[in-house]
Amino acid sequence: MTTLEALRPKRPGGRPAWEEKPTLIGRFGKGVVITVVVLAVLIPLWVVVVTSLSSTDTINAAGGYVFLPREVNPSAYVVIFSGGQVTDAVLVSTIVTLIGTALSLTVTVLAAYGLSRAGTLFHRPILFYFLLTFLIYPGMIPSYLVVTGLGLKDNLLALVVPAAVSAFNLVVLRAFFMGIPQELFDSARIDGAGEFRILVRIVLPLSKAVTAVVGLFYAVGYWNTFFNAVLYIDRNDLQPVQRVLQQFILAGQSPTNATSGVVLPGIGYSAPPNLAIKMAVVVVTLIPALIVYPFVQRHFTKGVIVGAVKG
Amino acid sequence: MCVPAMLLLAVFHYLPALGNVIAFQDYNPFAGDSPLDAFLSSEWIGFGNFQYLFESPSFWEAVRNTLAITAFQLVFYFPVPILLAILLNGIMSPRLRSFVQSVVYLPHFFSWVLVVSLFQMMLGGAGLIAQTARDHGMTAPDFMTDPDTFYFLITSQAIWKDAGWGMIVFLAALVAIDPSLYEASAADGAGRMRRFWHITLPGLRPVIVLLLILRLGDALNVGFEQFYLQREAVGRDAAEVLDTYVYYQGIGVQQWGVGAAAGLFKALVGLLLILGANKIAHRLGEQGIYSKS
Repeated sequence: MTTLEALRPKRPGGRPAWEEKPTLIGRFGKGVVITVVVLAVLIPLWVVVVTSLSSTDTINAAGGYVFLPREVNPSAYVVIFSGGQVTDAVLVSTIVTLIGTALSLTVTVLAAYGLSRAGTLFHRPILFYFLLTFLIYPGMIPSYLVVTGLGLKDNLLALVVPAAVSAFNLVVLRAFFMGIPQELFDSARIDGAGEFRILVRIVLPLSKAVTAVVGLFYAVGYWNTFFNAVLYIDRNDLQPVQRVLQQFILAGQSPTNATSGVVLPGIGYSAPPNLAIKMAVVVVTLIPALIVYPFVQRHFTKGVIVGAVKG
Repeated sequence: MCVPAMLLLAVFHYLPALGNVIAFQDYNPFAGDSPLDAFLSSEWIGFGNFQYLFESPSFWEAVRNTLAITAFQLVFYFPVPILLAILLNGIMSPRLRSFVQSVVYLPHFFSWVLVVSLFQMMLGGAGLIAQTARDHGMTAPDFMTDPDTFYFLITSQAIWKDAGWGMIVFLAALVAIDPSLYEASAADGAGRMRRFWHITLPGLRPVIVLLLILRLGDALNVGFEQFYLQREAVGRDAAEVLDTYVYYQGIGVQQWGVGAAAGLFKALVGLLLILGANKIAHRLGEQGIYSKS
């Protein structure tokens, strides 16, 4: 779980000899600030998870949000996953995220690899073509007209293709690919490997970490896709989870109406209260990030710094 | 190998960028069978849309709100990641440090919908704080619908979501400072504050300037979803920014040309701002985003 440790000069024995001993007040103040910062992030998440797992009685006793858990009651999750709008939305978001990430990673890796070898045909103009996207914004209205003009209204592709290439991720990958020693490419070529084989067998295994980080960035982008859905998706059964979250929490729609027709056949729980269902929707939208995060977290700094320094 | 990515950008980035010329048209999507057809049949009206914009008080209101929010965030948001990085850099235990890092990076990966929802649950009229206050016989204000405190609300949301992530680049800069500088100055008798002033801050200066430039170049770009999501709750007067204006003018009331004109205005001013800010950085002897050639 080290992040910056690789870059940090080792300080054996903690504090170096020349540094003064920290004052008691200083240490105390630092501790308080850090605790507050960490709690500010964790408390909302804690409350949401606990409330989503609470029964009607617990929620009523707490007068709303629950802070101290009394039981684990998954009935809210049973309700939202037994068909209806939330189930649809989770499916939609999962599909969009999987397909989008696969597409984005493929085209970005290909382009980054192509651009990482100086001396390729039209190397400079192509790089400029990609970098220019940083300065020129497409504009919301013309984008809308292009996407709807292509007939992508109410088509899940509208959530995927307009966001498929990010020049930032491309620059990060390219910078890393350029750091791979030239000799590896030379020897592979002497052994008769073509460009695709070199990419798949040599470059990608060497850059698993950066590729994972870039993949996470893309995946998070697709999972969080919201505004494109506002623009391009009208059909209820094609809404991604972020739209459903907005409707339930911010627009105050009642989730039980949306999951109408749901009966809880013999699960032995009484129907969960609206609040628990709402909180369960919140948890569903944040769970994927929480699952993937620990695996790629340690690569962040490396990936981001490579992008920032060499970009 | 670059062709697929180039094609995607051509269709979904450069084609719309060119499509901005409808800002000079009275664009009517029903003038033809396809958008291209409609574009060819729509009437050219020169700067008519811009004239309409510049005479419209609601447009200037959106510009004013956008600039005020940028200024506010420059003062209250911008220093937070720097302070956080300095604080974290001072933690000796590597395990505690990486734990804190993991926690504060996390909200960056949440969507704006989720962040606004969480704030609603904590600070809203039916939120946790109001609930606790009611339990103790007090009334809590509803921060989520109060236009007067809206700037504080969006800034605290931005800090909650992104300050931890913004800290990364400052942490990297801090780690890159040569420890022997600290040792030498300590040997010369510099105290904690002097070392901070003469070594830490100069070490961070290039990064701070770079990020300031980027922020200035983005002065009209305060983000879209955060404001779209809260515009209803706090009212248009406080929450209308340029991006939401473009949306409601263009797609909302179908004045395509006016919306595109507002978007183009925003993009052009943004481009000028970033080039100008970079020039100032060069004058100050900093590197900026691109080097002088």
